[in-house]
Amino acid sequence: MIRTTLLLVLMMLALALAHLLTPLAPITELRRSAPDTAWLLLFEIRLPRTLLVLGYGFVLGMTGAALQALFGNPLASPDVTGSSSGAALGTVFAAYWLGATQPIVLAIAGAGGSLGALGLMVLLAGRRAETTTMLLAGIAIALAAGAGTSLLLALAPSPFAFYDSFDWLMGSFVDRSLPQAAIALIPAALCCAILALRSRPLDLIALGEDVLASLGYDPRRLALQVIVLSSIAIGACVSVCGAIGFVGLLAPYAARRLSRGHPGQALVPAGLIGSILLLVADIAVRFGPEGRTIPVGILTTVAGTPLFVWIVVTMRRRVTS
Amino acid sequence: MTPLFEARGIALADRLRATDLEVPAGQLTAVIGPNGGGKTSLLRALGAIEKTAGSATIDGETIATTPPARRPRLVGFMPASREITWPIWARDIIALGLPAPDAQRVEELIALLELESLADRPVDRLSTGERTRVLLARTLAPRPRLLLLDEPLSNLDPYWVLRMIEILRSNVAAGAAALVALHDIDLAPAFDRALLVADGAIRADLPPEDMLASEVLADAFRIVRSEEGWRVSPRADRRSSP
Repeated sequence: MIRTTLLLVLMMLALALAHLLTPLAPITELRRSAPDTAWLLLFEIRLPRTLLVLGYGFVLGMTGAALQALFGNPLASPDVTGSSSGAALGTVFAAYWLGATQPIVLAIAGAGGSLGALGLMVLLAGRRAETTTMLLAGIAIALAAGAGTSLLLALAPSPFAFYDSFDWLMGSFVDRSLPQAAIALIPAALCCAILALRSRPLDLIALGEDVLASLGYDPRRLALQVIVLSSIAIGACVSVCGAIGFVGLLAPYAARRLSRGHPGQALVPAGLIGSILLLVADIAVRFGPEGRTIPVGILTTVAGTPLFVWIVVTMRRRVTS
Repeated sequence: MTPLFEARGIALADRLRATDLEVPAGQLTAVIGPNGGGKTSLLRALGAIEKTAGSATIDGETIATTPPARRPRLVGFMPASREITWPIWARDIIALGLPAPDAQRVEELIALLELESLADRPVDRLSTGERTRVLLARTLAPRPRLLLLDEPLSNLDPYWVLRMIEILRSNVAAGAAALVALHDIDLAPAFDRALLVADGAIRADLPPEDMLASEVLADAFRIVRSEEGWRVSPRADRRSSP
């Protein structure tokens, strides 16, 4: 397990370097003509993007793993529970209706929206809901939040609201600054660190909430912590980069294969796999048609859907066999 | 001699009236009672699984305030549900019961419960009876002083019902105590003591043979013992049948 984790860390760092240097041509050219500008390009433009992709991928993987462990459900993830959509709604409301421009306010609004969506899901479906109940509640919340976001943009005082936010809504890392990266990643890192410390009770909750309680943990407190920490991490990242689908679903699924099914021990590997997936996706969008940007969220959704269907089909087979 | 386990005024709103209970080390206690009578509530309350009024102590240590690092050594609780969501290996489920890794203890339990051929299979692929053995191994792993087992003998074949009682017997002989909720009251004579739980309270606390012959048991279950075995009590309220 430790060896696998180290291997994942190395893979993630190698991909992060590749991400930072892709495409290589402008850097090598600038190094010859204007070395200062080359450094500027690397640190001011490319570094925030690499850090955001790495950090957001980690957040999606880890919060997905934590939510799946908590709800005892392999389909619970930031997107399926409606938490990402809630964060987008919160951010749009703050940005276009309250006129907020400071990244920190947007991040707080995102976290609030995410928390609202998760809270509503627990209220509708309960903490240990059947897979289908939770899925339906999550879809309802995600659809409602999505429609709400569109409505807020359509009625926003600024007539360009929709146009402005298209890239962001689809999930994008283009042209983000270092301060923006800090706003998203500092709270996210803190939340992930605290979540990682909960991996033992999140393993034990597999034995049932009663057993968890009999071993001296408080299941309600654990649920509250996981929901609040996940919401803050997701909300902060969504407020800067938009909602990105499927990474939070697939990374924990892969990570549990490495942790021999342990949902809590899968937390850190899920984060690393999330980073790796998103780094690969964001490197891939660089190879799109010249002059056009493909929002990375579209790529993760296109690539993730077949895998999602596969998980659902294998789950059904296991239930019926 | 002071009892191993001592509960004073343990109560759960609407489900369990204030209850006192003392259990000495070495005692195997059957908890019997009609469906919905409060067997599970009693076990949950005694093990501080829910916040309760009153206090429960093991050798003077208050269960509810004991931290997770120590708690598994005091209480082992096995719920009636055998569901495990994740495909965790049987061997790893047993290890989850231990506060610190101990491969030798896991092997001991695999041998004790004859799980050799199941140990490296995901627990969600096992039959309910097999899973019951794995979950009991998990519960026994940290050698808790008090075992609270909810229907551990359901879903087991006759060999394993008898083996489980032997295993529990040897555990309590080593200084523990066990409270075991039973579905099948005819198993009660294998125990040292029987508690009858009905309407959210302990109605009787007797040696098992006396319990099975008692009026209070017949009343609570609405059955009577006859030559051919148990029969529905003629006095029972039969409003539900036509």
